[in-house]
Amino acid sequence: MSEQLQQAGAKAAEVPDTSGTRAVTIVDRVFRNPVLGPLAALILACLVFSVLTDNFFSADNFSLILQQSVVVGTLALGQTIIILTGGIDLANGAIMVLGTLVIAKIAADSLSLQLPALAVGLLVCAALGMVSGLIVSRLGLPPFIVTLGLLTILQAASRLYTKETVLVDSGPLTFLSSGTYLFGYFRITLGVIVVLLSVVVLHYALTRTAWGRHVYAVGNNELAAKRTGINTQRVLISVYVLAGVLYALAALQAFGRSPATSPNAFPTANLDTITAVVIGGTSLFGGRGTVLGSYLGALIVLVLQSGLTQAGIDPLYQNIVTGILVIAAVALDTVTRKKAR
Amino acid sequence: MNDIVLEARGIVKRYGHVTAVAGADFDLRAGEILAVIGDNGAGKSSLIKVLSGDVVPDAGEVLLDGKQVHFKSPHDAQLAGIETVYQDLAMAPALDIATNLFLGRELRRKGPLGSVLRMLDVKEMRAQSRKQMDALGITTLQSITQPVDSLSGGQRQTVAVARAAAFGRRVVIMDEPTAALGVRESKGVLDLIRRIRDTGIPVVLISHDMPAVFEVADRIHIHRLGRRATVVRPGDHEMNEVVGIMTGALPPPAMVAEAS
Repeated sequence: MSEQLQQAGAKAAEVPDTSGTRAVTIVDRVFRNPVLGPLAALILACLVFSVLTDNFFSADNFSLILQQSVVVGTLALGQTIIILTGGIDLANGAIMVLGTLVIAKIAADSLSLQLPALAVGLLVCAALGMVSGLIVSRLGLPPFIVTLGLLTILQAASRLYTKETVLVDSGPLTFLSSGTYLFGYFRITLGVIVVLLSVVVLHYALTRTAWGRHVYAVGNNELAAKRTGINTQRVLISVYVLAGVLYALAALQAFGRSPATSPNAFPTANLDTITAVVIGGTSLFGGRGTVLGSYLGALIVLVLQSGLTQAGIDPLYQNIVTGILVIAAVALDTVTRKKAR
Repeated sequence: MNDIVLEARGIVKRYGHVTAVAGADFDLRAGEILAVIGDNGAGKSSLIKVLSGDVVPDAGEVLLDGKQVHFKSPHDAQLAGIETVYQDLAMAPALDIATNLFLGRELRRKGPLGSVLRMLDVKEMRAQSRKQMDALGITTLQSITQPVDSLSGGQRQTVAVARAAAFGRRVVIMDEPTAALGVRESKGVLDLIRRIRDTGIPVVLISHDMPAVFEVADRIHIHRLGRRATVVRPGDHEMNEVVGIMTGALPPPAMVAEAS
């Protein structure tokens, strides 16, 4: 900003104010924080079930819920960054499952092959993410269709690759379950720590780096982003590749939960992650949302399942409650967006 | 004060069988506001897109400060110091004002925080944004951290213009900046355009808003049938005469080289 401009400012006339915009107060900022809604919902759900059931409020139960969150939680992070760009990924579960199969088959012969197998799995997942990213950004096809096609292909490819359940031995692949740490009464596995770290690192990248702002800008208004000089194709491809890397991490988390994998594993992972992302306050229209919210969204679903089970309610009602929550979250987002315009 | 800053010679742009620009010339002089007017389909948008790097011409040359330039994208033009304010404002509505000002040109923290962790210098970007708003005498924005979608149309236009002024070292191009605004908001934006001119950066103003053109322009470039028909001074002609020249009802008078 030049000196000249400041001199011009000194003699500048006042531009008349033409609208009543509210001042931004601290209260405003707290209420505008997008994580507040899902956080409040999570706390409320925990309080309700703690009062209504005998066993919900226990360190063991909370530890269990955290351990259950690692796979869908990690997948939801990849789903979030894709949805932030205005896309959606229906193939995330299928990519991860193929990743686990590739890793397990390569590592089947020897414990020493586990780390190379992991590297191959990482490459496979990242490459599949890149395929979606290239088609979406270069050809401009709708992400819904691209990833639906990829999902169909990968489900068949996984079954062609192997039809049986594959086991991995205890070793580097299962290390995420091996370390258990006690915090007071809480039993925290290494997998839980890794998923929390993933949330923090991704949150930092999205909010504190130029790349993160470009991700939001692409989801907000792709043409505008392009006109400000942002290489929108590169941003899109980087997002899909990073999502692929996160799916590989989810594959590792899956081995931490169970050493067995099969082509039939995690059949609803794509919808579960979209559920978590939406409940977490991220807009399906792109450009608004947080990874922290998505992880909280994943926890909310698990808390509901756990709480309703403890209350002795038919598991089918859990799905009904989750469905209502999804619609309510999207309704809230739509209303907010209309108000903002 | 009358050196030519941005110049175009014999620009041709065809879209299939349609020739949008048919050998158009253009010149913008230092320290002036040059309005570009023309009927719909006269090819003024295509000409402007050539100048802002949005469109690559089929023939002709563009010169900045007397040197030939070849813009392949708006980014090339930006690097050369030419900023464009688009009619549909290039902004990310969910992001705040300071973020939008620096979008695509973010500042990083100094030291390892910036180089290794790629951390943005949010404080510095906000401070510079405030300075820029003060420098342009913009008082309608309460906070630099407001998201853009909480702003009125006039305020959004103000932010877009401020961004162009901040980074447009050589030329600022504005496409219909008052089209969607009320009378008072238009006046604010026109004042802003004058202030940019007064800082020494010439402004190209594409507009259908004749009163606005006559109020701020130093010269008026009249575009007709894909070419520059003539350039006039607003003081020399009545508004309806200029409209007559633009539509072909009146013969174009001789071109004026500089503002009076």
